[in-house]
Amino acid sequence: MSIWEYANPKKFMQVSGRVLPWLTGLAALTLSLGLVWGFFFTPEDYKQGSTVKILFLHVPAAMMAINAWVMMLVASLIWVIRRHHVSALAARAAAPAGLVFTLIALVTGALWGQPMWNTWWEWDPRLTSFLILLLFYLGYIALWSAIEDPDTAADLTSVLCMVGSVFAVLSRYAVKFWNQGLHQDSTILKVGESDPLDAAYYVPLVVCIAGFVLFFVVMVLVRTRIWIRARRLGALLARERMG
Amino acid sequence: MNALLIRDLKLAFRAGGGFGLGLAFFLLVAVLVPLGVGPEGGILARIAPGILWVGALLACLLSLDRIFALDFEDGSLDLLATAPLPLEGAVAMKAFAHWLVTGLALTILSPVLAVLLNLPAQGYPWLVLSLVVGTPALSVIGAFGAALTVGVRRGGLLLSLLVLPLYVPTLIFGAEVVRRGAEGAATGVPLALLAAITTGSAALLPFAAAAAIRVNLR
Amino acid sequence: MELVISDLAVSRGGLVVLEGMSFTLSPGEALILRGSNGVGKTTLLRTVAGLQPPAAGHVSAPPESLAYASHADGLKSALTVTENLAFWAAVHGLGRDRLEQALEAMDLMRLRERRAAQLSAGQKRRLGLARMLVTGRPVWLLDEPTVSLDQQSVGLFARVVRGHLAAGGSALIATHIDLGLSEARVLELDPFRAEARPSVAAGFDDPFAEAIA
Repeated sequence: MSIWEYANPKKFMQVSGRVLPWLTGLAALTLSLGLVWGFFFTPEDYKQGSTVKILFLHVPAAMMAINAWVMMLVASLIWVIRRHHVSALAARAAAPAGLVFTLIALVTGALWGQPMWNTWWEWDPRLTSFLILLLFYLGYIALWSAIEDPDTAADLTSVLCMVGSVFAVLSRYAVKFWNQGLHQDSTILKVGESDPLDAAYYVPLVVCIAGFVLFFVVMVLVRTRIWIRARRLGALLARERMG
Repeated sequence: MNALLIRDLKLAFRAGGGFGLGLAFFLLVAVLVPLGVGPEGGILARIAPGILWVGALLACLLSLDRIFALDFEDGSLDLLATAPLPLEGAVAMKAFAHWLVTGLALTILSPVLAVLLNLPAQGYPWLVLSLVVGTPALSVIGAFGAALTVGVRRGGLLLSLLVLPLYVPTLIFGAEVVRRGAEGAATGVPLALLAAITTGSAALLPFAAAAAIRVNLR
Repeated sequence: MELVISDLAVSRGGLVVLEGMSFTLSPGEALILRGSNGVGKTTLLRTVAGLQPPAAGHVSAPPESLAYASHADGLKSALTVTENLAFWAAVHGLGRDRLEQALEAMDLMRLRERRAAQLSAGQKRRLGLARMLVTGRPVWLLDEPTVSLDQQSVGLFARVVRGHLAAGGSALIATHIDLGLSEARVLELDPFRAEARPSVAAGFDDPFAEAIA
């Protein structure tokens, strides 16, 4: 059995319908476990105090904001190359989730930055990159909703997603070049180095990230199912008008 | 190919072609910013590179929707798509025509406006050079955005939303060249990166734009 | 220079409108497409012209042999008649003499220096049709070519088409008026309407047909 069978709308609806309740429960469980653990059962940082705990929202949201775009890019490529309708709709479904993750990352970043850097907003390269990513999400979503014909919209948004990805990476480097920034480097993957993320934070953070990933998958599945139903409804209405 | 370039230039310069609107807008930006910021020369000199680049970028944005929308409405785009010249070439030519009437014209006007904004003397050559090198990227990226939105009625605002994030790297490197030039610092790195963006965009984006037009025509 | 349509289905807005069409257009032939409003004449011509992909079947024509004229004439109102036509002649790599011939044939010599903005609807249409002559392509695809033409101009146009056929060209014309081209074949499109056989259409027009029980 090939993996592409799941790209068949019927098969996708069956499988996703069966998996979704379990996945939703698992996502809720992981997310609440991770957040409760992170917020209430971790020590306070000697420098940052309790503000450090916002990292349990900030880091997973920021990761997922980027991962959602990468997922959209992959889904767009699948649509362009293999013309699987579910893939195009999954890309569409992921965009608002990615947008919300970007917003969460920005807002929590501002809340975290206020006590640490003494300012709500800082044109730091990481924050700036996320602001630009937010614009990319807005443009992508606006293009989807501006075009009536669903296949045309899928094609055009796929092209935008591909070109946009290249320019998003370019922007990232341009912004780094433009301002070296206050933001601390990502420490999560630097376990061997000096000043690593303490294990007391590391484990609940990983649980939170897993929770965010599961939550994202649930959101994408639910929204893809909605778009499939909408497409079906549109086709039925169109046929009714014709006949 | 040349016929298309000549036609687009003729159309731009004749009545209703919109040539000059972008320049007037650029002028307005250079007049309004000092009115808003205050007449203090030191501040203006510091922000001049950024204002001039942002002004040029917005002036360029104004005329983007004309690149394909008019040809789409009167049916010429259908005919161009079935004509012997490749659509990719037609896109590149139309972007080039757009650059000649906006980017190049803005570049020529920019030293005059730099006077209004009190740009330090050593910044002038870098301003002109960065605009010559960078504005073609604005036209090509804009042509790509225009191709995406050609089927959308009143798509001007959508076009801005799609294109402005794509302009970020060009803007950053372009303004950086002028800023460093005005301070007398080395400009080699941002200038090289700006040139790389322009050549990369000009080489690849016409293909993406032509694909988008074909999708919009069907 | 044969245009061969085999088992073609065309779709508009994601729905198949015509299907199962097969016909051949040989040099010297004209084929007139007839059908009620909305049956898909324009969609068929655009598909044959290669502007949109067929929903099923094939269009085979020698490369660069098709010239398409849509409802819109593709004229630039700021350019003169000659400039408009010269542009398309240049795009198709044809010279000044063909341009003069085309102007002559569509009776536009008197108007040649006039801007397209100052032309009447019928004169614009004549200019749009003169464009076909400067493409130098053998197979013409004409969508309602006679809209806003008067009796005399229709006669002029029929003469041009006849001359084109005599020179070994061919024409596929969607129209509902009599062009006076007695030699032309007529293809009625209504029998090829897709909803006549909805079960076949459902297969490719709606990939989500079975997604929801």
